[in-house]
Amino acid sequence: MLHIVACIKQVPDTKIIKMNPKTNTMDRASAPAILNPYDAHAVEEAVRLKKKYGGIVSVLTMGPPPAVKAIKKCIELGADEGYMISDRAFAGADTLATSYALTKALEKIAKQRPIDLIICGKMTIDGDTGQVGPGIARRLNIPPLTGVNKVVELNKEKGYAIVHRKLEDGYEVVKSQLPCLFTVEKDINDISFAPLPNMIKAARYQPTIWTADDLEDVDRKQLGLKGSPTIVSKVWAPPKPEGGKILTGTKEEQVNELLSIILEKKELFS
Amino acid sequence: MNFDDYRGIWIYIEVKDGQIAPVSLELLGAGRMLADKRKTELAGVLIGSGVKTLAPILFQYGADVVYVYDDPIFEHYRTEPYMRALLDCCHKHKPEVILYGATPSGKDLASAIATDLPTGLTADTTILDIEEDTGLLLASRPAFGGNIMATILCKKYRPQMATVRPKVMKSLPPDPSRTGRVIEEHIELHEEEMRTKVLQIVRETAKKVRIDEADIVVAGGKGMGSKEGFQLIHQLAEVLGGAVGASRDVVEAGWIDHHHQVGQTGVTVTPKIYFAIGISGAIQHVVGMQNSELIIAINKDPNAPIFQSCHYGIVGDAFEIVPLLIERLKEEIPKIKAAADVKEEIRHA
Repeated sequence: MLHIVACIKQVPDTKIIKMNPKTNTMDRASAPAILNPYDAHAVEEAVRLKKKYGGIVSVLTMGPPPAVKAIKKCIELGADEGYMISDRAFAGADTLATSYALTKALEKIAKQRPIDLIICGKMTIDGDTGQVGPGIARRLNIPPLTGVNKVVELNKEKGYAIVHRKLEDGYEVVKSQLPCLFTVEKDINDISFAPLPNMIKAARYQPTIWTADDLEDVDRKQLGLKGSPTIVSKVWAPPKPEGGKILTGTKEEQVNELLSIILEKKELFS
Repeated sequence: MNFDDYRGIWIYIEVKDGQIAPVSLELLGAGRMLADKRKTELAGVLIGSGVKTLAPILFQYGADVVYVYDDPIFEHYRTEPYMRALLDCCHKHKPEVILYGATPSGKDLASAIATDLPTGLTADTTILDIEEDTGLLLASRPAFGGNIMATILCKKYRPQMATVRPKVMKSLPPDPSRTGRVIEEHIELHEEEMRTKVLQIVRETAKKVRIDEADIVVAGGKGMGSKEGFQLIHQLAEVLGGAVGASRDVVEAGWIDHHHQVGQTGVTVTPKIYFAIGISGAIQHVVGMQNSELIIAINKDPNAPIFQSCHYGIVGDAFEIVPLLIERLKEEIPKIKAAADVKEEIRHA
């Protein structure tokens, strides 16, 4: 049976988060924790593929205990199973240490039920890197297909997938062996409304939770802050620009002044 | 790990349709500064099919050395063969720093390399510097949706790696007299062992002006009120012959597709004229347009942060100002065109 695992993350909504101007740190309480928007599309796509080809969709996350809420959201979207790895040993992980811990969890999930396809969001809105998905693929030694915006075909029997990968000015059609890993763009699908039975299931759902000790063959030096080669040395507020000249006068005068400013660049219009 | 074994600044050179990607030339400009500070060499790593002839261009733009992997297997970018080539090069020649364009393929490749080596990788860098004595790379980037800037270090691993946003660094003026060393490398790869195959490439450029290549970008925000209201942005762009941009809110509201999104999670643009209309000017947006030559903001709210980031601003209702502007442009632009045509005729006479 086709087994798809979506890797997801709970993130603060960076669009509305407030910064503490004195310490340049985020005021996490100011922003609600949400399912990373790209990951919602990853789960949606996994569920759509399950509907088309049959199979089972699991979701995996790493995070503190409240991140269970993000898994419940995925159950609402139609995922069947949820796994969470949660341990202080994972804290402070950069993308390299994150992909290591998630890979260890994926190996454990695969022992219970072999995995055909892993789907990740293109990136998270709090980290903005897009590096964890390809990192997992490299560690599992499976092909990464980044920026997928359409799945043309998935063929478990013959062991391949055909997808569109978004390029800067179009897309490419790629065929890959299974198992493989996709990172998906937002335009791959529209999120469906959760049907009532899913909501009820989600409300009661308790994911499988593992600590670092529950994972096998874990090198603790590669976890969390210790396993992270990158460190943040300083943060600062971006320099405030000085501000522009505000045009004055009547609307007609303002527009005329603006017009002459624009038309100074006459090479653009000739 | 003996850090002294790791020398030189490397740029991964991205090639598309036989051309060097502009971001790679920008990175040679940034890399030259880093290499000079470290008194070391700047190298380009050129992977592709039939790409060897491009090496002289890299010298003109600042490279001292070019490592070339030229083989039909590299015809299209694919993670697996490109990763194997670059890893081979890393293991043989041990660079101190590798920079990649933060493009789809640059990010893809950098992530795979960082995991395999392993080493640290900083994403979407916008400011680069290096400590002269230690060689520590200072890679700074907007973080948390552009709310803050953060400097990221990789102290214990070499090489240090970063992907760098296109259109942020400046390429050097090409110097035709500059030359360097070409080092041809080879790695044994077989097509039948490759697990992915590119079946087709579809370019969609012809359809519309690419927003990151347009001379004029007219961007609208939530202040346009609705998808219908947003049409005014399209109208102004059409009159000006420009491309349409949008803030993240607008894309998320579904008024326009995300190819048009300008900002940290969208496209970075540097047009000659940028209009921000009904856009409040959150940092996440501003980082994607702040290097534009001329920024014009129109917003009802006199306290909108966009007025801090523009060159000229009008405090007013876009639905009053923009139609007036369109009307005046329709009168004036033909006059400029006519004057230019006359000049052209005189020149040909």
